[in-house]
Amino acid sequence: MPPKAARAQSATPVNAFHSLWKAYNDNTPDRLKFIDAFLLFLMLSGIVQFAYCILVTNFPYNAFLAGFSSNVGQFVLAASLRSQVNPDNRDEFKDVSPERAFADFALGSIVLHFFVYNYLG
Amino acid sequence: MSTAYPVPSDVSPVTVKNAASLLRIVALSLISGAAIASRLFAVVNFESIIHEFDPWFNYRATKVLAAKGFYEFWNWFDPTAWYPLGRVVGGTVYPGLMVTSGVIYNILHWLNLPVDIRNVCVLLAPGFSALTAWATYMFTKEMKDESAGLLAAAFIGIVPGYISRSVAGSYDNEAIAIFLLMFTFYCWIKALKQGSALFGTIAAVFYFYMVAAWGGYVFITNMIPLHALVLILMGRFSDRLYVAYSSWYAIGTLSSMQVPFVGFQPVSTSEHMGALGVFGLLQIVAFAQLVRTHVSSQQFQKLLVASVIAIGVLGASAFVFLTIKGKIAPWTGRFYSLWDTGYAKKYIPIIASVSEHQPTAWPSFFMDLQFLIFLFPAGVILCFRQLRDEHLFVIIYAVMASYFAGVMVRLMLTLTPVVCVASAVALSTLLDTYIDPTEPIPAEEDVDDSASVVTNGSSAANAPSTQTQSKKAKKAAAAAPPSKGPLGDLVAATVSSTSTKAGASSKPKGIFGIDARLVVILNTLAMLFFFVFHCTWVTSSAYSSPSVVLASQNPDGSQHIIDDFREAYYWLRQNTPEDAVVMSWWDYGYQIAGMADRPTLVDNNTWNNTHIATVGKAMSSSEEVAYPILRKHDVEYVLVIFGGLIGYSGDDINKFLWMVRIAQGVWPEEIQEPNYFTPQGEYRIDERASQAMKESLMYKMSYYRFAELFGGNPGTDRVRQQQVPKVGPTLDYLDEAFTSENWIVRIYQVKKEDPLGRDLKSANAFEQGKKRKRTKPAPRRRAII
Repeated sequence: MPPKAARAQSATPVNAFHSLWKAYNDNTPDRLKFIDAFLLFLMLSGIVQFAYCILVTNFPYNAFLAGFSSNVGQFVLAASLRSQVNPDNRDEFKDVSPERAFADFALGSIVLHFFVYNYLG
Repeated sequence: MSTAYPVPSDVSPVTVKNAASLLRIVALSLISGAAIASRLFAVVNFESIIHEFDPWFNYRATKVLAAKGFYEFWNWFDPTAWYPLGRVVGGTVYPGLMVTSGVIYNILHWLNLPVDIRNVCVLLAPGFSALTAWATYMFTKEMKDESAGLLAAAFIGIVPGYISRSVAGSYDNEAIAIFLLMFTFYCWIKALKQGSALFGTIAAVFYFYMVAAWGGYVFITNMIPLHALVLILMGRFSDRLYVAYSSWYAIGTLSSMQVPFVGFQPVSTSEHMGALGVFGLLQIVAFAQLVRTHVSSQQFQKLLVASVIAIGVLGASAFVFLTIKGKIAPWTGRFYSLWDTGYAKKYIPIIASVSEHQPTAWPSFFMDLQFLIFLFPAGVILCFRQLRDEHLFVIIYAVMASYFAGVMVRLMLTLTPVVCVASAVALSTLLDTYIDPTEPIPAEEDVDDSASVVTNGSSAANAPSTQTQSKKAKKAAAAAPPSKGPLGDLVAATVSSTSTKAGASSKPKGIFGIDARLVVILNTLAMLFFFVFHCTWVTSSAYSSPSVVLASQNPDGSQHIIDDFREAYYWLRQNTPEDAVVMSWWDYGYQIAGMADRPTLVDNNTWNNTHIATVGKAMSSSEEVAYPILRKHDVEYVLVIFGGLIGYSGDDINKFLWMVRIAQGVWPEEIQEPNYFTPQGEYRIDERASQAMKESLMYKMSYYRFAELFGGNPGTDRVRQQQVPKVGPTLDYLDEAFTSENWIVRIYQVKKEDPLGRDLKSANAFEQGKKRKRTKPAPRRRAII
């Protein structure tokens, strides 16, 4: 997971982290950065919900599960989209064009959120 | 290139393609027809009714759904089951089956085809078996090609291992579950191959349907993660795996929690933790891969690998910690007994008491799968030869399902699909090799040698790169002898006898001439024919008998039908008050509720062990002890099944020891199993039977007035093959209310308390004019005089 990996990076010399950041900034297309921003937001939102569940209460447990898995599900769907549209992965996804990947993402999100709203109770 | 037999060369590829697809459509529809037709023996020979025990509940619930609508069904509280307790049906049932037939019922009515709900229920399983054949075709098509797919569809269409649970009238969860299993797996393979979130979503939706339909969904929940885990461990992680697994897990898990019976289990029980763990691992690995694309430092990579392993270990220990703390529920007994096969017998007799939970014997593998069982390993080995990602799935599935089918008879059902798939791969490889008209080129060079093998072998279509060809050929040569099994020797013999001219070292591999081909192909065809005959025979003779009516043959070959069950259940239905509680052993709970429509104490949904033990205690203790229990539970009728007159072996005396064991588990000081054996440790019902046995309510109810039937001659119990005592048991607290024609079902009415307050035993003795014992003082009688 990203936060844990970040901890691992902090153990390495600072320049390694720095070079990673630089490589990321230089080599990543804007579209992917956009998706990454969305991923970051989803992650933060998930962390907040989880912290609330741990620190305050998990009382309507189904509501927590619905909210949290909406985050997790949306995160992995967006991450899937990211790897599908990533130009580096072109030869791995021969059957999935970026347009089709986006349609898959949209459909997956709709199905996910159908279940999320059904489960919120 | 020379060919072994003339091949038309002036046909355009388009014509070939069209003809092939037409043939496939025709073949699939014929397979569907065969799958449906071979399941109709029971309906044609007997009548269109629901068989077995569990389907009667499903049928009853479906009737509620069809009559009152979905929301009534969803919130249905059934006060007549588990009599004093009642049962929340909506929350304790997998509703997929009922909803499916409810939907079909409504569609048919919308089309102005007013079909009875019973017929929808009876014919649901044959209908879905046709869909299973199609799903297996699609699945196998992903493994090899369409021809293997057609073979697999034909196999699973008629294979007895699957027919046994899906004949017409067997309205059980498995009827639709196997289709959903195969289709979910197909979607998963497709998602993995393409790396498409669409197929991952479809797999999740069908997984949801499967969760709603069958408790065996746990198999999918563990198969797919296991496949993903093996792929990661083999270093075959790809972004396609990430996409497929993540989309399946995220949507599938949330959707599976919508089924009320499953509830929070996917996040709180050990059965589901494998999937969660692999999900977490995949996120870590995917992130590490992403970082690796941006940085190339060697040291950094090492650190990254170390941190990935550390996080993995940390996560695993977190699971272990939570399990020990009790935050994650441990394996339930039903699943745990699959690993520790002695567990159920020792601790949960109610699981061990079900005959389907016994280990499988060898003959039943051959009975259920015929020649597929020895093609199956060959197919699995052929999967190793290519070892694409999806082949790994079949290998894992084969190993896991073989183990489970060996441990438990009923899990033969999950083994059957993979047996069909693997055998189809093996057989179609064989046929590919021997139907292929290409003659091998007798040349000395190694290159030609390997090339000819590859063109002849199954891998021809799927081996694109020329670089790996020679390697493949070597592998193929190495794998060939074990993979062909007994046929391999035959093949080798045939080949060596026909190809006389080749040398030892540079012998061209392949098949020369048409005779060598014909020998093998005709043998294969003969095996296939015998398979069809075997399947039809097994289906018609072993698996197509309704358990509600018993059929026997008269000496002249005509059929004699014993219909005691329905006779007795309808007697209950028509001659007792509507709220009369019937007590019987739990096996008959669903049938009584379904056919007699009376409240029952316990039924086949064995959710409350103590309640069942109460019934077991009442059945296995003496009348004086049992009577208060019966009165406390408002029991009015007691029903026992007795097969001693006509030799029906599945009766209550044969199940009696399980009642004793289950009761002993709860009241160990009142009921002891050894008391029911003779001093020599025999289980007898004749004169030498133990005292506890002779006094038990079950014995008395079963043999009440049985000796009279033989009019002074010694009576024989035809199941136990023992002579019953001349003087049969007497009943003081129960009245015989009904005994069916062949004495299979005996119903007793529980007497009301004596109006004068005596206990019923002495009241009975008084009625019969027996003198009171002198020892007792009788002051009132003197007063009357």
